[in-house]
Formats: sequence, C-alpha cells, structure tokens
Amino acid sequence: MAQYMLIMRGTDESNAAMMANIDEMMATSRQFIDDLFKAGVFVAAEGLDDAAQGVVVDFSGEAPVVTDGPYGETKELFGGYFMLDVASKEEAVEWARRVPAAPGSKIEVRRVLGGDETPESDA
Amino acid sequence: MGTADVEAVWRIESARIVAALTRFTGDFGLAEDAAQEAVAEALVSWPLDPPANPAGWLMATARRRAIDAIRRRAALRDRYALLAADPTVDSAVDGDVDPDRIDDDVLALMFISCHPVLSPEARVALTLRVVAGLSSEEIARAFLVPVPTVQARITRAKKTIAAAGVPFELPPAGERRERLGGVLSVLYVIFTEGSTATSGDRLVRPDVAYEAIRLTRTLAALQPDEPEVHGLLALCELTAARFPARTGRDGSPVMLEDQDRRRWDFSAIRRGLDALARASTRGLGPYGLQAAIAATHATAPSVEATDWDRIVVLYEALGRVAPSPVVELNRAVAVAMTSGPARALAIVDELIASNRLPGSHLVPTVRGELLARLGRRSEARAELELAARLCANERERSVLLRKAAALS
Repeated sequence: MAQYMLIMRGTDESNAAMMANIDEMMATSRQFIDDLFKAGVFVAAEGLDDAAQGVVVDFSGEAPVVTDGPYGETKELFGGYFMLDVASKEEAVEWARRVPAAPGSKIEVRRVLGGDETPESDA
Repeated sequence: MGTADVEAVWRIESARIVAALTRFTGDFGLAEDAAQEAVAEALVSWPLDPPANPAGWLMATARRRAIDAIRRRAALRDRYALLAADPTVDSAVDGDVDPDRIDDDVLALMFISCHPVLSPEARVALTLRVVAGLSSEEIARAFLVPVPTVQARITRAKKTIAAAGVPFELPPAGERRERLGGVLSVLYVIFTEGSTATSGDRLVRPDVAYEAIRLTRTLAALQPDEPEVHGLLALCELTAARFPARTGRDGSPVMLEDQDRRRWDFSAIRRGLDALARASTRGLGPYGLQAAIAATHATAPSVEATDWDRIVVLYEALGRVAPSPVVELNRAVAVAMTSGPARALAIVDELIASNRLPGSHLVPTVRGELLARLGRRSEARAELELAARLCANERERSVLLRKAAALS
C-alpha cells in the first residue's frame, strides 16, 4: 500500500462554477468521501480557503519575504486535497477520475514519500 | 487501459459487483464465477477499447455472464425467465443503485465469506477473494501455499455454502454480534499473517497486513456502532505503524528496544488512536484492549519510558475477557519490566507446568530472555536454542541463534 495525494487544482472559472453550485458540490463530495471510507482507502481530505486569504513566503531574496500573493500569475490554484491509502498508482488515478470536480479543474496525483524515502527512490 | 487499470477498477468495485450479482441470482458461487469472467474479458478488451464507465462495464458484463450461465442450466430455466423480467436487474446496472442496499450487500458478502460452516482456511481465502478482490495467485503468494490449493479451497467453500443453503442476507440482528466475532477473527488472522509471517524467509508481509487493514476499515464504515470493529482497526493500525522500524535494511528483525522510533508511521498511529477512541465508548473488548496496549507502546518515547504498569493492567484485563496462554506470556514480559525477571519467570513456569502452550517457540524465547536477565546463562542458552528449533520463521530463528551464541 502507498499513500497518494490527490491535489485539486481549480481555475478561477471552475472555482466560481463550484461556488455557484456549492450545495450540490458538498453533497457529491460527501458521497465520494463516503465511498472512499467504505473502500478502506480514506486517510484525509481538506479544502483550502480562498487563495486571496493566503500569503506567500518568497525565498528568492536573501531573507524570506512575506507577501499576500501574487496569485494572479498562476492560473491553476491548489484548492484542497484527498489523501488515500491505495495499492497502486493506477488505483489512485481511478479514484481521481471519480472525484466530483468542477469542469475546467485538474487533479494532480502524487505519491507521498514514506519514512526515510527520498524523491530519487521514486524513479 | 492496461492490466494495472483493470486491476485498479476491480479492487474498487469487485465486492459491490459480486454482492449485487449474488442478490440478483441468489447464487453466490455463480456470481463470483461470472464476475471473474468479466474481469478476464476486461483484460482482453480494455486495452483496445477502453470503456467510458469501467465499473458499469464490469457490472453489465458480469451480469450477462451470470445470465448465460443460468440459461445453460436447464433446471433453472424458470428462474432465468424471472430474472430477465425483473426490472431491478436493469436499473441496478444502469447505475441507479441504492447505496444503502449495496452497503448491506457488501456486508452480507463479508458474513458469507466468514460463515461458520467453512473451515478457517476457507474463510480466509474466500474473504480475500470475494471481498478484497485478490486473485488465487495473490492469495497463494500471501499464504505461501500452492495456487491449486487456494483454488481448491475456494471451490470447496463455494460448494459448501451452496450445499448448506446459506442464504444471501445479513444475519438476523441477534445473531449478528456473534457472527461479527467470526468476521473479525478472519480479518485478524489475515493481519497477523502479514504482521509476522508464520513461516518463510520474510518477517513481515506488509501487503497482506494492509489488505486486512483495508477490509477492517470497510467493515468499520459499514458497522460504525460496533466498538470491537474499531478496536481491531486500532490494533491493526497501531501494529502496522511499527512495520517500517521492525526490519533492518537486510530484512532481519529489529527488536522493540532497538527500533528507531522516528521511523514509525505517525499518521498510522494517529489513525489508530482515533479508532481506539471510537472503540472505547462502552469499555474495551479483547481487540480494543490489545489496541490500548499497542497504543501505550506507540506513544512511548522509549522502552524504558513506556508505561509498563498500564500495560500489566491491560494484560490482566485482557486475561479476564479473553484468557489465553499467549496473553499470559505477554503479561509475563510486561511484569518483567515492572517487577523484575524473577516474578515474570514464575508466571512462565506456571504456564509450562500446565502445558498450555506446547510446541510454541514463544515460551522458551521468553523464558530464555528472563533467565539471561537473571544471569543464568547456560540455562538461558539452552532455552533460546530450543526456541530456535521450534521457530518456523527463518528470520526470527537466526536472531534466536545469535542471542544464544552471545551467551556462551
């Protein structure tokens, strides 16, 4: 078994579409999480607050600089995640296909490194 | 779509498909065969022509194969006519399914796979096959038995269930609690096999253990009001949390006192503690108590800083609700930590005198350790050598021999 993170990447448009149907979205999301529970693969799932409420800590200078953005340059925003405990990457992808996501958004599927693993060992 | 994609969909959907087909056909064996045929077809056709709805495709194909099989059985012609006319069959395939019904179906499938008419080996094989969706090859590999043996167990199990006329339904409420114990013990056997392989050259078979955890999570989701299900889940999560530290790079076992606790899986510990909290609403049962012991270890910074008094108390409680010589032996180990090896040795010697754990390598292992701590080196060595002779796991045996050699 391995843990995978399904990272929800919405766009301004897809986030707006989601907010317009928020009740329906919440209900389908709850159903999806329920399915994950019953399949024994659920680890965690959280949504993130509006990106405009966040800050960025920028390390490009000598000392880290904290700013409230900029988010305008990136079109695809990290909006929330599911953590799953599954047998294979294919299974993580199959669950990702089933995520109730608004049109236009994307889901990134990334394996979570365990213990003393380094990214190289993922190759 | 390749083989791995078919396997992924199968893992997610197999229990629901077999369960739904069993309800439609009333024939568990037929449902399982039809579902397997559908997977075989998927492996051939999906790479060329991937379906838009893979789960629906599997369900529809399996249903067609089931109907084909029924059609071939002349004696069941009437039932076929009935089935073909049954509107619920089509609606279910079209995705208009009642999720509550499916949940009950999957739960019923778990109870059938663990039915008391079956031998313990058959229950394990059937659960892994029809609920977890493992192939005969995977089950054979997990339990180190030949593939034909697994196939024979599954075939015999299906025949036994058919011959015994086991209905496809949840056991009545009064019976369910009792039967649930059987389901839990099958899951625990699967977990234990993965947690410490009873034979072979590997100490831990994590895939087998994780399969049990996954099945237990499913059971916990379907039976949220049964504390012992959460207790078993907590026990499995907390035990599995230690897997990364239990073996060295070369696969040799690392004893608890030597484990690098930073390598424990902390999210598994957190999940285990959550499950334990849910298990303890009405006092702990046998699994919950074992989980509480595992939690005490999991939250201790070191062996010395472990709350051994609490562990002794928990083992005493466990000895009352589920007395067993293994519990008694574990209690002795904990007593050695709180009251010294002499008190613990008395408990072990009592066990030996009553001959309640004959042939187990665990008794001489613990006795050898206690004697070594008491400075009775030659007796300790003899005990550890005896333990090595009785131990079927090669990895464990080599540790015992090394310890014995260190005493000469």
